[in-house]
Amino acid sequence: MDAITVTNLVKRYPHTLAVDDISFTLPQGGVLGLLGGNGAGKTTTISMLLGLLVPTSGQITVLGHDIARDRFKALERMNFSSPYIALPARLSVEENLRVYGHLYNVPNLRRRIAELTGQFHLGALLARPAGELSAGQKTRVALAKSLINKPDLLLLDEPTASLDPDTGDYVRTMLEAYRAETNAAILLASHNMAEVERLCDTVLMLKAGKIVDQGTPDALIARYGREDLEQVFLDIARREEP
Amino acid sequence: MKTSLRRIWAMIYRHLAVYRRSWPRVAEIAYWPTLNLLIWGFTASYIAHLRGAPGVQTGGALIAGVLLWEITLRGQLGVTLGFLEEIWSRNLGHIFVSPLRPAELLAALLSVSLLRTLAGLFPATIIAYLLYHYNILLLGPVLLLFFVNLLFMGWWIALGIVSLLFRYGAGAEALAWTIAFGITPVACVYYPASALPVWLQPVAMALPAAHVFAGMRAGLFQHAADWPDLASACALNLAWMLLAIVVFSAEFRRARIRGALISIGE
Repeated sequence: MDAITVTNLVKRYPHTLAVDDISFTLPQGGVLGLLGGNGAGKTTTISMLLGLLVPTSGQITVLGHDIARDRFKALERMNFSSPYIALPARLSVEENLRVYGHLYNVPNLRRRIAELTGQFHLGALLARPAGELSAGQKTRVALAKSLINKPDLLLLDEPTASLDPDTGDYVRTMLEAYRAETNAAILLASHNMAEVERLCDTVLMLKAGKIVDQGTPDALIARYGREDLEQVFLDIARREEP
Repeated sequence: MKTSLRRIWAMIYRHLAVYRRSWPRVAEIAYWPTLNLLIWGFTASYIAHLRGAPGVQTGGALIAGVLLWEITLRGQLGVTLGFLEEIWSRNLGHIFVSPLRPAELLAALLSVSLLRTLAGLFPATIIAYLLYHYNILLLGPVLLLFFVNLLFMGWWIALGIVSLLFRYGAGAEALAWTIAFGITPVACVYYPASALPVWLQPVAMALPAAHVFAGMRAGLFQHAADWPDLASACALNLAWMLLAIVVFSAEFRRARIRGALISIGE
C-alpha cells in the first residue's frame, strides 16, 4: 500500500494558484523529496497532506485514509517536524515530549522518551525549557518529538536546518536507521541538495505550484547532464517556463 | 469521532506545566479578582458606614457582584489566554497536525479555565470574609447555579473570541482582554436592568448575567430564589453556547480553507 496518494491536487487562493494539479505517490518505506524555490508550493502541499489546509480540489489518501473525511485516523500514524513551528518555550524538553506522547497515545511513554533521549543525545537537555535551547538543540528536540509515536509516515520540512554539519549528518543517519528499522515512509522538503541526494529515492521538482520534473536523484542528474542535484535545481529554477 | 481523555489531559498538563514554573503567572490568576474586591469592598464598607443597615445590604450586593462577575471574566480569560498561549509559542501547527480533535482542545481549555477561575476566586473569597466579614457561601446552594451560569457565559464569550482569532489572526488578541469587560455595563452586576435606558434593556435581558444578578439580588434582599430569572439564564446560556459552537466550527473550517492555521501567529 502507498503511504501517500495525491491525485490532481489544486490549491487556489483568491489571487494565487499555490498548487496546480499535482499527482504523485509515495510507497511505504520510500523517501520522497519535494524540491523547489520559495513559493513553489512545497509548504502548501505538506500542509494539505497534514490536513491543516483544505484543498480546492483533488484527493489525498494517507496511509489508506482519505484526508478530507478521515484525517485523524491518518494523523495518529504520522508525524511532522519543521524548524518554523516551535514547541512551547516555557515547557522543559521532557514536558514537551510527555505532552506529545500523550497526544499520540504512546504506550509506555517513559520508556519511549528514554529511547529518544538516548538516540538524540537529549539527556542534558531534558530539564531545560525548550525556549532556552540553541537552534540546533531545538531541531534535535523537534525531531525527537516527530518520532515519539513511531510514525509510519514522517513529514519533514527542512529537518537539518540550523544544524552544524556533524549534527546534520547524525540526524540523517538517524533518519536512515529509522526508515530501515520501521519501513516508514518519509516525505522531505529541503533546500539541502546533498541531503536530498543522500536520503531520497525519488525527487519531485516543483515550480509555481506544478511538478516540472521528477525521478531518482541519479536519473535527474543524468537527464540534465549535471554533476549534482544542486545544478539541476538551478537549471530548473532559472528556466523560463512557457 | 472518538474522544480521548488522554489527549485532553495532554493539553491540560501542558498548561499546568507553564504555571508550575512561573510564579508571576500564578500570581496573576488571583491578582485582578483580589484587586477588584479590595476596591469595591472598601467602597461597600464606606457606603455601609454612611447609610447604616440599608447600606450594609447594598454593600453586600456590591461584594457579591464583584466576586460573581469575576467568574465570567476569569472563565473567559482562562480559555482565550490558553488559546493565545499556543499562538504566542507558535505551537498551533504542531497541535493541529496531531490527532487532537478541536473538541478535545476546547475541553482542555475549558478545564484549565475552570481551574484558573477557582484558583483566582479562592483568595478573593477569603479576603472578603476576613476584611469585610462577607461570606458568599451564605447565598446557599443556589450559589452553584450562579457559578455554573456565569462560567458558561464566560466560556461562550471565549469561544466567540477564539473564532475571531481564527478569522483575524493574532491581531484580534486585544479582544481577549476587552470584550467581557466591555459587556459589564449591560451585565447588570450592580443594578437591575430597569436602571438602564429603555432601549438598552433588551440587550441586558439577552445576557444570562442580567438574570443571574437579578437572582442574586433576590437572594440577598428578599432571601428567596428567583427561579424564573435563573431558568431564563440557563436557557439563554444554552442558546448562546450553541451559537458559539456553530460559529467556532464554521470559523475553524474557514481557517483550514484560507490557510490561517499556518499563519495565525504572524
